[in-house]
Amino acid sequence: MTEALLTVSNVVKHFPLTRGVVFQRQVGAVRAVDGVSFALAKGETLGLVGETGCGKSTVARLLVRLLDPSSGSIRLEGEDISTAKGDELRRLRREVQIVFQDPYSSLNPRKTVGSIVAEPFVIHGLEQDKAGRRRAVQELMEQVGLNPEHYNRYPFEFSGGQRQRIGVARALALRPKLIVADEPVSALDVSIQGQILNLLRELRRELGLSLIFISHDLSVVRHMCDRIAVMYLGRIVELAPTDELFTHPRHPYTRALLSAIPIPDPTLPPREPELTGADVGSAADVPPGCRFHPRCPRCEEPRCTSDDPVLERKDGSAGLAACHYPLQEMQPPPGAAKAAG
Amino acid sequence: MLQYIARRLLWGVALLFIASAVIFVIFYALPAADPAELRAGRQANEAQIEEIRETLGLDEPIYEQYWIYTKNLVLHQDLGYSYEFDVPVRELIFDRLPPTIFLTLGAVVFWLLVGIPTGIISAIRRRSVMDRSMMVTTLALISAPVFWMGLVLLYLFAEDVGQVQVFPGIGSYIDAETLWQKAESLFLPWVVLSASFAAIYARYMRSGLIEAMEEDYIRTARAKGLSERRVVLRHGVRSAMTPLVTLLGIDVAILLAGNAILTESVFNIPGLGRLTFTAIERSDLPVIQGVVLIGAFFIIVFNLLVDIAYAYLDPRVRYR
Amino acid sequence: MSDPSRPLLEVRDLRVSFETEDGLVRAVDRVSFSVENGRTLGIVGESGSGKSVANLTILGLTRAENARIEGSIQFRGRELLGMGDDELRKVRGNEIAMVFQDPLSSLHPFYKVGWQIVEAIQAHRDVGKAEARARAIELLGEVGIPRPERRIDDYPHEFSGGMRQRAMIAMALVNEPSLLLADEPTTALDVTTQAQILVLLDRLQSEHGMAVILITHDLGVVAENADEIAVMYAGKIVENADAPTLFGAPQHPYTWGLLRSIPSLTAASGEELHPIPGSPPSLIHVPSGCSFHPRCPYAQPRHAEVEPELERVDDAAGHSVACLLAPERRAQIWEELRK
Repeated sequence: MTEALLTVSNVVKHFPLTRGVVFQRQVGAVRAVDGVSFALAKGETLGLVGETGCGKSTVARLLVRLLDPSSGSIRLEGEDISTAKGDELRRLRREVQIVFQDPYSSLNPRKTVGSIVAEPFVIHGLEQDKAGRRRAVQELMEQVGLNPEHYNRYPFEFSGGQRQRIGVARALALRPKLIVADEPVSALDVSIQGQILNLLRELRRELGLSLIFISHDLSVVRHMCDRIAVMYLGRIVELAPTDELFTHPRHPYTRALLSAIPIPDPTLPPREPELTGADVGSAADVPPGCRFHPRCPRCEEPRCTSDDPVLERKDGSAGLAACHYPLQEMQPPPGAAKAAG
Repeated sequence: MLQYIARRLLWGVALLFIASAVIFVIFYALPAADPAELRAGRQANEAQIEEIRETLGLDEPIYEQYWIYTKNLVLHQDLGYSYEFDVPVRELIFDRLPPTIFLTLGAVVFWLLVGIPTGIISAIRRRSVMDRSMMVTTLALISAPVFWMGLVLLYLFAEDVGQVQVFPGIGSYIDAETLWQKAESLFLPWVVLSASFAAIYARYMRSGLIEAMEEDYIRTARAKGLSERRVVLRHGVRSAMTPLVTLLGIDVAILLAGNAILTESVFNIPGLGRLTFTAIERSDLPVIQGVVLIGAFFIIVFNLLVDIAYAYLDPRVRYR
Repeated sequence: MSDPSRPLLEVRDLRVSFETEDGLVRAVDRVSFSVENGRTLGIVGESGSGKSVANLTILGLTRAENARIEGSIQFRGRELLGMGDDELRKVRGNEIAMVFQDPLSSLHPFYKVGWQIVEAIQAHRDVGKAEARARAIELLGEVGIPRPERRIDDYPHEFSGGMRQRAMIAMALVNEPSLLLADEPTTALDVTTQAQILVLLDRLQSEHGMAVILITHDLGVVAENADEIAVMYAGKIVENADAPTLFGAPQHPYTWGLLRSIPSLTAASGEELHPIPGSPPSLIHVPSGCSFHPRCPYAQPRHAEVEPELERVDDAAGHSVACLLAPERRAQIWEELRK
């Protein structure tokens, strides 16, 4: 059995809330990530989807060690990233890189594109020779579809899509094994998102990259990922191969997300929202039992309000779901029924 | 919110103690001159100096001295005795506080009345003649030295020596008896003191308002059909005002602590600033020490007031 | 008296440009559209399409020193474009109201939500504070905010994103406008919340008998909620049709591009995506001729020289397109793309 490239075990990240006049004592915590586990095989792309407050961006930051976990482990090829220090950490950082969401604020406006992409080399002491560095950077620029002659231009001279390509080039510089893409296309126009997504797919194929793709947009994630993890208030509530997630979601939240996607077909009947009107919970005040129960149309006491469901296989599915009463029926999206018929 | 205030108050008290300790170390442990000699005066002999040293407890170890000092301070509000005037420092300070307070408050009213509206109008009519001339004038007022301006105004308007004899001149505060006379005598000093502040506040209000008017909620306010006047004042200025409140608190604190020293000197107003100046000239350590401590007190108190005001003005800040 | 056979709002040949240091920005370039009473017009476009500017101009919110506005905007037979500020202010928030994209930045952070709603009421109605407050509570309840009598005294940052947007919608409806301009009302929200807000808007529209202009970049949103749709690109309307026709038989290459670039939920999951190559053009240096030609896979040399006009399409009334390709050629291409 091949060892997984990345193994995340019970990772927890709590941000403490304090009160007190003289001495601050902890009265609670924002449970941003509350016990997340998954494995990523080499060459696989895993999607992480969820809405505001689900914790997916926190997971992204934990994976690249921008944050330290409160507990749990993150192992890259067996080595624990979350506790590494010094040289060991620096070495591990070269294997995991991140592409950020906002192409307008994630690039230093005072640096040229060339120096932005070259920075990883400089930090890690690679390509000491200036000319060699320049060549390496221009190669990267070509690889991501940018004109290498624009080496000396500044970010403001590029469009949003092009800036995102710069971000990708920077992430690729050190030839990482794993790239974490945190909503890489959400800030771009829909008609251009495909350009960056196709680029990532091509690079993935060429370079044998493994990818963690974070997004709130299920339709985008469907085209990029082999498996998808759905997050809600700090936990994974469903983790399944892409096709199975879309044709037979087992968790009510997944189904609600799927049916909330607006379909560009005016001949279909209007959708009814699947959730109860309750407000989205907050990670500072996680509901007891199943954390989704206040919004779940299938919530049944007493189990759902007191037992926290475990993420496990349900009725012979390939994927995992954390639900006491998982959905049994197949749910093809409304458009598919039309296309097939 | 109450928790926050309580915490800040406790910290404030702690800070005052720390401040007094630092002041003490500076003045007693590392003096520029021998306090006993200074106290003794010009024609003292060795024996007298020794005697004084004993009386003042200067031969005690430093922590003893600090303990005595703090005890006096907290229990009796005793700040020591002025070397120069031979009166309790506390008396001196409380004597000099009212003119400084009067001077400061008047200046504040002046500079707010002048600076804020100027800033607002400049922001609304950007790049107009009014705006450009305002920018130039404020630059001049910020750059002009206070004493220069004071002397020029005296030259122009002082009752006794001015070209156009309108306002009371130098030293008139001391002679004034009624409140109204005092106010009259402070008119020119108010103008002088508030000039640079008015200029600064006008500029801050201008840039703050320009920025605030770019925000999305201004667009919403207009889309609701509100009058432009209301949009500017209730929505724009309301936002731009908050940093100015912070600034105001600090400026007032510093002025009360005696920072109007130049104005007081030029117009011969017997305030805290002048007292500090004289004390420094004469190496009157207890007075200097007392003034610095009072200054620290004002600054700590006003900082707290400013923070509370800020939390009141910006509801997003409240729950800490 | 307004003529019931005329559209509620009629925009004709609207042109909005801004003088900037970098040049003249042609934000809106001869745009015409109309909205009937009680109907929803969807305006679809991406960055730089001019959709927001066109709608802000309806309420006169783009009037500025460096703005040049020409054309005609008729609302209930009155010309809004030349109207003085004072008169136009009586229309804003009253007969025509607007909801914006980001409710967190669009509401004043220092005032309670109830205060801001009351302000909207008292700007146009001569009522006392108590009455205005009662109406605010009523409306907050109507838009689905639980316990409105308590939440009315909360600040914007104390609401969740979805609730905040509901509050903004409530504020827009206080004076029973006959036209609501919704500028990307759900773009900043989670997809599940988006669904709820769109259902809410739909219900409110039928209950209050309002017309709505729904501005968005999301074709899915517009498919479900709009009766007529106008597609904008680089400051112009390139296609205009009722919803079934626009999705069933679109005629403009940009519309085709948009439809194809949406990751479909029905195609095989691993398939490649079909984005539109290139980037939206700068509004200062708009491409000559047909502004879409640099990115159009069917462009001919003369498309760089001649500017297309909006022309009626042969099928249903109300379908027009601005394209230089021959209609038969377009039909042919669409047939192929459908597969």
